[in-house]
This record gives sequence, C-alpha cells and structure tokens, in this order.
Amino acid sequence: MNITFILDIIYLLASVTFILGLKMLGNPESARKGNLIAAAGMTLAILGTIFLRKEPIAPIIYGLLFGAIAIGTIIGWMVAKKVKMTAMPQLVSLFNGMGGACAALISLIEFPEHLGSLKALATVMAGLIIGSISFSGSMIAFMKLNGNLNKDIRLPFYNAINNIILLVTVGVVGYILYTGGFSAVTMSQYPHFYMLALGALGLALFYGIMFVLPIGGADMPVVISLLNSFTGLAAAAGGFLYHNMVMLTGGILVGSAGTLLTVAMCEGMNRSLFSVIFGAFGSGGAAVAATGGKTGGSIKDISVTDTAVLMNYSKKVVIVPGYGLAVAQAQHVMHELEMLLEERGVDVKYAIHPVAGRMPGHMNVLLAESNVDYSKLVEMEDINPEFDTTDVVFIVGANDVVNPAAKNNPASPIYGMPILEVDRAKSIIVNKRSMNAGYAGIDNELFYEPKTSMLFGDAKKVVTELVAELKSM
Amino acid sequence: MDAIFSFISLHMQMMYMVILMVFVGIEVIGHVPSVLHTPLMSGANAIHGVVIVGAILVLLKADPSNTINLILGFLAVILGTLNVVGGFVVTDRMLEMFKKKPKK
Repeated sequence: MNITFILDIIYLLASVTFILGLKMLGNPESARKGNLIAAAGMTLAILGTIFLRKEPIAPIIYGLLFGAIAIGTIIGWMVAKKVKMTAMPQLVSLFNGMGGACAALISLIEFPEHLGSLKALATVMAGLIIGSISFSGSMIAFMKLNGNLNKDIRLPFYNAINNIILLVTVGVVGYILYTGGFSAVTMSQYPHFYMLALGALGLALFYGIMFVLPIGGADMPVVISLLNSFTGLAAAAGGFLYHNMVMLTGGILVGSAGTLLTVAMCEGMNRSLFSVIFGAFGSGGAAVAATGGKTGGSIKDISVTDTAVLMNYSKKVVIVPGYGLAVAQAQHVMHELEMLLEERGVDVKYAIHPVAGRMPGHMNVLLAESNVDYSKLVEMEDINPEFDTTDVVFIVGANDVVNPAAKNNPASPIYGMPILEVDRAKSIIVNKRSMNAGYAGIDNELFYEPKTSMLFGDAKKVVTELVAELKSM
Repeated sequence: MDAIFSFISLHMQMMYMVILMVFVGIEVIGHVPSVLHTPLMSGANAIHGVVIVGAILVLLKADPSNTINLILGFLAVILGTLNVVGGFVVTDRMLEMFKKKPKK
C-alpha cells in the first residue's frame, strides 16, 4: 500500500462526500449535515494532496502554500461570518468568482507547458476561458446585488454584440490550438503564444462582463447559478488536465447540478432561461411607462391606528414580506405583531413568493431568524386560494410579487410571472417608504385600486408602532 | 478519424465518469423545495472550490527559481481557499436558520 494509493482512496471518499452532501442539502432536515460532510471530504482531499507526496518539496513552496491557505482561510471565514444576512446572495457570487479566477490562473500557469499537445492545450484553454468568464461575470453580479451597479447597461443590439465577442474569443482560442497544438513549439515562439493566450483571457473577461451587465437585478440569482455551474466546468477541465479524479467529479457534479438548479429557478419565476439571458426583462420598461395611464390615479393613505383597528377585528390576516422587510430588519418586530394578533384570535399567515427578496428562500431564512414557525410560511400556490377568505393583506416591502401587471399587461417586463393574488382579499395595506418603484423599476397598479391603502414609513418603525397600538387596545 | 477513435478509447474511463456524474448531478437536484435553492447553490459553490486541489498541485510542481509561477501559484491557492472556506461558511450560515425549526 503506497502513498499514491492512499491518495486515490481519499479522492474517492471526497467524491462520495460531495455527492452525499449535495443530496442532503436538498432536504431541510439533513441540509446542515450535508454541508458539513462535504466540507470534511474537501478538507481530506486538500490535506491528502499536500502531504501524500513522494517527491520532496522545497521549504519555500511549503511556506507559500501554507501562507496562501492561511490568508484565504482567515479572509474567507471573516467575510462569510461577519456579513449581514441580506448580503448572502452577493457573497455566493463573490466566492464563485474566486473559484473561476483560480481555475483561470491555473490554466495560465500551465499554458506554456502544454504547447504542442492538442488535448492538453485544449483543456488548458477551456479552463482559462470558462474560468475567466465566470470570474468577471460573477464580479458584475456581485456589484449589481450589492448596489454598486444600479443601472442595467443595455447597449443597442447587445445580444449581437455579445455573440460577436464570444465568436472572436472562440476564434482566438481556435487559432492558438491550430498553430500551437500540433507540433512542438520553440522557446522563441513562447512570447507570441503567451500574448495570444493573454488576449484570449482578456476577451473572455470582457465577455463575462458584457454577458451579465444587461441582465436585470431581479434575474441575478439565475445568472449566479449559471456561473456557478460554469466554474464547476472549469474545475472539471483542471481535473481532465491532471487526471485528478476528485476535481473531475466535483467539477462535473456542480456543472450538472448547477445547470439543473438554474432551470429550476427559472421555472419558479415562470421565465425561460432564454429570456433571462437574451433580454426582455426591463427592455419593456419604456413601453410600460408610456402605457402608464393605467397606473395613474390616486392612492389612499391609512394611519397606523386605523391599520391596527382593522387588523385587530379581522379573522384572518396574511402578511406578504418582501426585500423591504429585510432591509429594515423588521423581521423580529413582525413576529411580535404576528404573535400579538394570534393572541387576539386572528389567524396570521405569511405568503412567500418564490422570488420575494433577493433570492429564493430569502424570506424563509429571514423569518426563521426571528423564530417564526415554519408552518406559518405558505408557498404561493397554496396561499393564493386563501386570499378569498382573507380580511387584511399586509404587504411589507414587497412590490413586484404583487403587481397585477404580471397578469394584465403583456407589455410589462414582468408579464407572465406568477404573482400573489392579493386583490382577492377584502382589504390590502401596503407598507413602503415611498412611492418609488420596486426592483423591476415599474409602477404598481395595485396601489391605486379601491381596496388598497398605503401605509408609508420605514417597515421597522411602522410595525413597532402597530404593535404598540394593538397593545393599547 | 483514427485519432478520434484512439482518443476515445484512451479516455474511456473518464468519459464514463463524466456521463455518470452528469446523471448524478441531475438526480441529486430533483424535487428540491424552492426554499432550499439558495443554500443548495451556495453548497454547490463550495464544492467546486475543489479547484483548489489544482492550484495546490501547480504550486507543488513549481520550480522554486521560477518566481512568476510561484507568485501566480500563491495567488491561485488564495483564491481557491476563499472559494472553499467562504463557500462552506456562507452555506452553513444560511442553514443555521433551519436548526431550531420544528419538523414539518
């Protein structure tokens, strides 16, 4: 039993933990354990790779290695632990970009060694291009979700432009493979090829940026999931190159699972992947503004006191949480409100739209943080029929998920998206800070309907006042 | 033509691996409640951090006199570590919320 054999077994074990861990992540009961199992397998694989070697390694290399791991661990751990829950989605994108950059760098380092060998060179170029696209795309997605990049920059014919950039990139790669993949390359030719490789790298980075830039913020989760599987593919390319089984299995697993997850997310929004990538979201924005006649009209204000009275004497109240709830960090006081109402015999439920917030599951995580009982969170398909018997719908910080334009207005960018059918309830109270548009940037005709009243103010402040009012009754 | 055939037979085992893993990936994602989509994506993100193994290999193979490769390798390992550590910790944080929940 030699060292190489042990390492192979370790890689096998690690691959199993990846599969097992991912499977367990699909079930609320086992999810946490699944994550830990995969992490354990990963750690094992890393340690094995470092220590189970036959050849002696120069001390400086060990120094750099452990130094790099230490730096990455400290920074990664601190950033992941300290950042607010509402910033979780962009963190996923950030770390995804790190993985992509890692794959691209590996390919860059390996590039000169494999000139002359078509298979190896092709694998290296694949890792380079895919990793680069994933890196720059993920950085743009990060900035969009983080609020650093609010405008959707959409050049005219952006799809055509992007496709051209992609074609040029593929062309450069093809040229490199054709001229450098078949016969041995002399040292004097190295700089020429290196320049070409850097050119391909630059083009790929550019494409990544151009690919993500036009896509609307609300579609970012889908894009991140797609880039996630890209990075998986880049990792698999590395596995091909080194004949490294654990990189191959981990990479393909994520590439495949990630792609399916992307499709599943699209289904949750009732949008096709095609329309997410190649436009439509937001491009109808101008058209909607022009036909905004429907959203004109007056809105009704309501006071905290009146809202409290309305809720107190209701039999059933449904709360629709949205991103605004997370931003105001009002989930704890919301739970207080819910409990207070329940004490008074009011049935309270939360209606969770699949894309409420910034990511699927965002609202569930937020409300779970304030100990709201899991059974009170009702998915869209189940809660929609219940609106008929609901007295008050309290919409807090949600906008697009309750916008009837999704059903009525074919010109609307959100047309076709299934929404929470709150207008079936007896009365609707909307809490927002102002009349500003929501994530999709469009007006919401719900606000002008006769059954709707607007309760303006910061969610946390308003709900706290509501609780105080109710207590005084 | 011959080149393609010999390529395939040389790499037959890896092709099996790829095809099987594609199916495993598809199977594993089936029937996941939408509430878990985000933690799942985060977990998958952490798992593709296995690319760090490649970065470690690159650094271990590097010639100590090749400064550029040492620097690039050093950087690559940092990036890979960020992906792995950040990925698993973020996923764990997202899932912490499910810890105290009663069974549904």
